[in-house]
Amino acid sequence: MMNSRKGTLPLLKELHKPGRRGPQVPMGGLEDRPVSELLPKEFLREKPLSMPELTEVEVVRHFVNLSNLNYGVDNGFYPLGSCTMKYNPKINEEVAAWFQDIHPALPENSVQPLLELLYTLQEDLLEITGMDAITLQPAAGAHGELTSLLMAKAYFKDHGLLEKDTVIIPDSAHGTNPASATMAGFKVVTVKSDEEGLVDLEQLRTLVNEHTAVFMLTNPNTLGKFERNILDIAQLIHDVGGFMYCDGANLNGMLGWARPGDMGFDFVHLNLHKTFSTPHGGGGPGSGPVAVKKALEPYLPKPVLVKAEDGTYHWDFDRPRSIGKVRSYFGNILVALKALAYIKSLGGAGLREVGTMAVLNANYMRVAMEGTLPTAYPGLCKHEYVATAEEVKKRYGVKAQDIAKRLLDKGFHAPTMYFPLIVKEALMIEPTETETKENLDAFVEAIKEIVQEAETNPDLVLSAPHDTPVRRLDEVKANKELKVRW
Amino acid sequence: MRYVPHTKEEVKIMLEAIGLKNVDELFSDIPSEALLKRHLHIEGGWDEEQLRTYFRQAASGIPTVNNAVYFLGGGVYDHYVPSAVDKIISLPEFYTAYTPYQAEISQGTLQAMFEYQSLICDLTGMEVANGSLYDGASAVAEAVLMAMRVNGKRRVVVSECVHPDIVEVLRTYQLGHDFEILTLPQKEGITDLSPLEDLADVSCLVMQNPNYYGFLEDMNTASQLVHKAGGLFVAAVDPISLGVLRSPAEYGADVVVGEGQSLGNHLNYGGPHFGFFATKMDYIRYMPGRMAGQTVDVDGRVGYVLTLQTREQHIRREKATSNITSNHWLMALASAVYLALMGASLPQLGQSILNRSTYLAEKLVSVGYPLWKRQYFFKEFPIKVRDAEAVQQALADAGYYVGPVIDEHTLLVAVTEKRTKEHMDKLIELMEGLQ
Repeated sequence: MMNSRKGTLPLLKELHKPGRRGPQVPMGGLEDRPVSELLPKEFLREKPLSMPELTEVEVVRHFVNLSNLNYGVDNGFYPLGSCTMKYNPKINEEVAAWFQDIHPALPENSVQPLLELLYTLQEDLLEITGMDAITLQPAAGAHGELTSLLMAKAYFKDHGLLEKDTVIIPDSAHGTNPASATMAGFKVVTVKSDEEGLVDLEQLRTLVNEHTAVFMLTNPNTLGKFERNILDIAQLIHDVGGFMYCDGANLNGMLGWARPGDMGFDFVHLNLHKTFSTPHGGGGPGSGPVAVKKALEPYLPKPVLVKAEDGTYHWDFDRPRSIGKVRSYFGNILVALKALAYIKSLGGAGLREVGTMAVLNANYMRVAMEGTLPTAYPGLCKHEYVATAEEVKKRYGVKAQDIAKRLLDKGFHAPTMYFPLIVKEALMIEPTETETKENLDAFVEAIKEIVQEAETNPDLVLSAPHDTPVRRLDEVKANKELKVRW
Repeated sequence: MRYVPHTKEEVKIMLEAIGLKNVDELFSDIPSEALLKRHLHIEGGWDEEQLRTYFRQAASGIPTVNNAVYFLGGGVYDHYVPSAVDKIISLPEFYTAYTPYQAEISQGTLQAMFEYQSLICDLTGMEVANGSLYDGASAVAEAVLMAMRVNGKRRVVVSECVHPDIVEVLRTYQLGHDFEILTLPQKEGITDLSPLEDLADVSCLVMQNPNYYGFLEDMNTASQLVHKAGGLFVAAVDPISLGVLRSPAEYGADVVVGEGQSLGNHLNYGGPHFGFFATKMDYIRYMPGRMAGQTVDVDGRVGYVLTLQTREQHIRREKATSNITSNHWLMALASAVYLALMGASLPQLGQSILNRSTYLAEKLVSVGYPLWKRQYFFKEFPIKVRDAEAVQQALADAGYYVGPVIDEHTLLVAVTEKRTKEHMDKLIELMEGLQ
């Protein structure tokens, strides 16, 4: 639990004392031969390696005390919009760890039970998304985007459609979408959102043409809105021979209720570390499987996990039209197994209940906050909504960031700030289904208190946080003076 | 009800507060054609004991490091993982946190990231490092893309002795970019550097040391030649070798990347592991991925933030240096803990590995398994056999695993510090019996 310790810790380097050592190096009974007898000098270090010399107890205390300066889902409410910070069930960690000591170069016949688990996960994810084929290889959501766009590129090249060079992306999209499009060598065109926070269909019609390769859409979108014109949009894109790409970061908002494959999407990436409860690890590892429609199957990264007629499982490397590998070996397998444990703990009905409760929680909070911090685009939302602090800023000079920082004092993680870019003073709130009503009420109460404070004692909010291990940090100095190592 | 806390009464109260009659109305914005009118056909709803049984059954049939003996290599190795590493990365404040966007309550992650970056710099001799990438192969691809941002050239030279996965990932990333890949051929198990002498306009050279076969390359000459050709030197290295092997800074590498698994990460059937990425200060603004920087708070206390974020996708969108967002931080944290515990012992550890692999290679040669080529190696080497898959299978039947298979007559054998004399003598005995 986060303690009231003020400030960070001395660096490992400062704990260094020559001669100290951690755990013993396994020596295993061979006669000792010095390195100089084993390799010629030109391969060896000239300058001896200099690393901090520490004992195990110091190292353990250092990192345990560092962990006390952190805040995770296990500490409390974490309504970080678009990140789906739901509870990470402990049983998933336990069972996945049983597979941590398996080498990826083992012969296939030695790992059949593991391949069966991965195949089951693939089948389940295909059922959840309504798609035809899948790869577990991408390491994260953005990696899944890149994988998909490279597949689209390979498809168009294969079909001689070289004019397909443009990806259309809404102005509310995650920054990864345009960044991935650039990495895949596409031009990026932005389509505006309309007054309801949905894709501006009229403008989209003017942008779609023979150059349109892919339309990348997050659905539900980053405002938490379901793109209700999705079928028309898909028609529009398919009419010019383009593909529909679903950024599946927000799948939690329709889980078990609607499937990307049933609404015209040709690709979807999933974030197992969001919808499927695997921990985010302070920044990763995630896992970004990509599911596609039949026409795109030949382009999936290789190897593809297949089931033979005799019931055995194989990594199929013989994929002449595959884009190739996007990483070494097969994917973030341990993350995949945690997601499988989650899916199996819930089953079809349980997954739908997740979708229901995620949307119930978001709407309950949205309505409860309406009089305090209004929703930028009112009306029903899915798993998240975006509130705006613009009025509070105009009145009291207190910005979205100040409110976020004050929330830290009150024991909450802050919502996502200043995103999507189309909402001024945005606070993007995603409660997830695992939070109790009491937590939701307490958060809304905290927001009310802060807005009250903004009126009566704005300095208290403007100078927040006060009760965290450090207070507001000088980012300008960090950028200018660039101290990125000891 | 699993992980979903509301009672029926609460659901009713909440729906009323929203002004809805039932939960179906929560989804009234989804067009009816797109609504799923049935439950997902997914078996489940299991309790923890059912989950345990299901996964235990699968796990129990697989030869792991705990019930078999691995001499497996090819980029992922059965190294010793200190007990404390798993304990630290299992602390919920670390593993259940998101990316440290709220710095004031993420100082644990941010300081650890700063320390990780520092430890990687100490180990490689480089000036700056980022907070990790997905894996070694994608880190090489990112390094190549960075070299092109730095010097604007479009000619990438890659050694044929680089792990085939790395080359394949690079070729996949190439689909989105306009550049050519030239290959330096393999000669006697190491890279033939001579074609490099006639090349100009090179953006970068990618070499791996030890290379895919486990052999040590002439990194000094490679570095000189690529610099003469106007390019950057991208060195993919095995970090655990750097206690004894020449550091990339010593031979003049410009970008140092690699697979970090050997530093405190389990095998995980190939993932998640992490890629590390280190370079010179001059190139810091061209780097992909996030990075922690030291600064002070309003009270003057030392603290840490994500820095140079203007390179990244959430600010720069299509002009970002990379699309990477989630990295493999928890795996990098494992390596930071590992290096804090074992870093000072890496020279001894490296010697132990070198000593063991030399012992095994010498013995195998003596019982009739020559090295594929006569070159120096660190922990892994290829041997010649009559039928690689048959040998692999015969050993597997005895609980001994070697590989991967390089070709019909060549097998890789990797020896880590965990392989005892007894393991090696038994392997030799088994292989002698196959002659």
